[in-house]
Amino acid sequence: MSSVTDPAPPAASGGRPLAERTSATPAQLHEWLRQMLLIREFEVRTMQAYQDKKIGGFCHIYIGQEAVAVGCTAAVQHADPVVTAYRDHGHALARGMDPKYCMAEMFGRIGGCAKGKGGSMHMFDKPNNLFGGHGIVGAQTPLGAGLAFAKKYQDEVIEGGVNKHVTLCFLGDGALNQGGFYEAMNLASLFDIPVIFVVENNGYSMGTSIERGTSMSHRIIAKGEGCGIKGYEIEGMDVITVYEEMKKVADTARAESRPAMVDLRTYRFKGHSMSDPRKYRTRDEEEHWETGDPITRLRDAMIGGGLIDTDGFKALNKAQKVAVREAITWAENSPEPDLSELYTDVYVEKFGPYTGTSMPQIVTDAEESR
Amino acid sequence: MSERIIEFRDALREAMSQEMHRDPRVFLLGEEVAQYDGAYKVSRGMLEEFGPRRIIDTPISESGFAGMAIGAAMLGLRPIVEFMSWSFSLVAADPILNNAPKMLYMSGGQFGCPIVIRGNDGAGGQLGSTHSWCVEGMFSNVPGLKMAIPAFPDDAKGMLATAIRDDDPVFFLESERLLAMKGHVPEGDHYVPFGKAVVRRPGTDVTLVSFGRPVHFCLDAAEELAKEGISCEVIDGRTIRPLDIDTIVESVRKTNGCVVVDQSWSFGSPGSEVAAQVHAHCFDDLDNHVMRVHSADVPTPYAANLEQEYLPNARRIAEAVRSSLYVA
Ligand SMILES: Cc1ncc(C[n+]2csc(CCOP(=O)(O)OP(=O)(O)O)c2C)c(N)n1
Ligand SMILES: [Mg+2]
Repeated sequence: MSSVTDPAPPAASGGRPLAERTSATPAQLHEWLRQMLLIREFEVRTMQAYQDKKIGGFCHIYIGQEAVAVGCTAAVQHADPVVTAYRDHGHALARGMDPKYCMAEMFGRIGGCAKGKGGSMHMFDKPNNLFGGHGIVGAQTPLGAGLAFAKKYQDEVIEGGVNKHVTLCFLGDGALNQGGFYEAMNLASLFDIPVIFVVENNGYSMGTSIERGTSMSHRIIAKGEGCGIKGYEIEGMDVITVYEEMKKVADTARAESRPAMVDLRTYRFKGHSMSDPRKYRTRDEEEHWETGDPITRLRDAMIGGGLIDTDGFKALNKAQKVAVREAITWAENSPEPDLSELYTDVYVEKFGPYTGTSMPQIVTDAEESR
Repeated sequence: MSERIIEFRDALREAMSQEMHRDPRVFLLGEEVAQYDGAYKVSRGMLEEFGPRRIIDTPISESGFAGMAIGAAMLGLRPIVEFMSWSFSLVAADPILNNAPKMLYMSGGQFGCPIVIRGNDGAGGQLGSTHSWCVEGMFSNVPGLKMAIPAFPDDAKGMLATAIRDDDPVFFLESERLLAMKGHVPEGDHYVPFGKAVVRRPGTDVTLVSFGRPVHFCLDAAEELAKEGISCEVIDGRTIRPLDIDTIVESVRKTNGCVVVDQSWSFGSPGSEVAAQVHAHCFDDLDNHVMRVHSADVPTPYAANLEQEYLPNARRIAEAVRSSLYVA
């Protein structure tokens, strides 16, 4: 079954009462709705800022895939590492990054999460255990195995206990075709590394549909199975489903200290990057997926379950708009990096023209508030 | 000069098209080159012109498809590999550095590697440090490969056509920043020989040597400096391997000064190589040591202001020229 031509029907699991579908508390559901609304609004403003030339470089929009980042991060603990590719704003916000640092990063300001040195594709958040934002397709997959290796090493070798952690390593369906990913999977299986390779299968890598670019596209988890890694296929447009299924995957990976691979079927509603006219897919296909909008689905489920009413939803949405507006103002007021910043953070040590390193505001602020 | 004016990207395509019509062994492969018309529209229309057997969309598997093309070249085909960006060639480092340039040598002359690898190179688009590589710094270190880096549309066509006909592996470095640049480009066969630098602007006080996009920074700086009464001769090196040291030496013997402008990092770079060779050939002709302007010796930053300062921009070139001429 292909994710592109045959998406899951929008209301696949929507019929049953909420309480039967999820163990999540009303507060959790509210939080997911809030996060998805925040990401959506953030991305809409990001597109505007890009068009206004306040943001440069490559910029990849997460609209449509919100349920993936939100549901997956909810299924693990805050101390569990997360690493992803360049379509990373959603993961940063779902992980808890204040949108002001994310926006300032894209504005190239000193208040950005990486002091404006990384840009849209390279979001890092140490206090929230987000280890990037990585621009080279597939680059994060061996890193993900390494993060999980380190956590297990800390738990078992340094602390002398048992593994307590699991790492979320997100990748696009296009990254399935990078050699490094196969090496990472083999290592993870061989060394019993608890990393979950979450494939955000949105059906396309740039203009190439998964059928055109990837063998076994109807069953990509076979690639993990070839390494002895358990695979799961999960419908990715419904945050409750993502959470419930990912919770099981994560709990198992943590308990067994084993890797897993997840094929999360989703769709990016916008172009690949800001300069993509999307001629490789039909408007019909887009509309089909848009009817399964993850925000609408959670909203309707919560209204149906009596957890929110229309006014409550509107108020929540408005609050996110305010939050993003404040983030933009904050980012605009953050100064450009001083030119001397060129030579900071190159080496830890000071020598020659290099002036050592320091933590960005996202870290010092977190330390102060602790 | 040709009357016709076209974009740099179209000049590249014309070279590929003409050579593909001439030689059925030539084919193009890379990400998005066929149905998408190329991520930067360089191969626009080529799928219709040549069909999917010769214009081949690949998955994001640089190591795999570059290695595959090298194997095909060993058997006598003449592949053109497009990397969307040379920054993505790093995941294919082994095939392109360990196989392509050494195959002839390792096989004692039995198997050559007539391949062209082309794509965007260089910073300037706020793409951050993973996507802004200037690979001429690292890759020009490797014997067995040729390296071409055109700065103008007519050279884009003439040098790419020469690259495709070349029997050795050619690393062809384009700049995304130049793809929309327009210029006169001859319509028919047009071949620019490798190892022939060209004087882009004659001058008398100092020789500026550069390759690729920074040639334009040099021309901008020369324009500014002319207002101060400083006359710069600007040389566009065109190919880094082979390097046309003769044209450079001839110019330096006339001007008695030399500033090399190279967008890669300074340490072990084409710029340091040119400087060393000029010192060796022109020791007695120089009024000052050769000066070099490179990208700052740090990873490429994203922030617009940092990136501008990072580049070997016209201001930094002008400063180096004044310093070279002892002008305060
Ligand atoms: C090694 C490498 N090759 C090519 C690129 C250019 N590129 C950036 S994103 C992309 C498509 C990736 O698609 P996918 O993995 O499905 O992720 P999505 O964009 O759908 O989130 C390509 C080809 C790159 N960044 N790195
Ligand atoms: Mg994709």
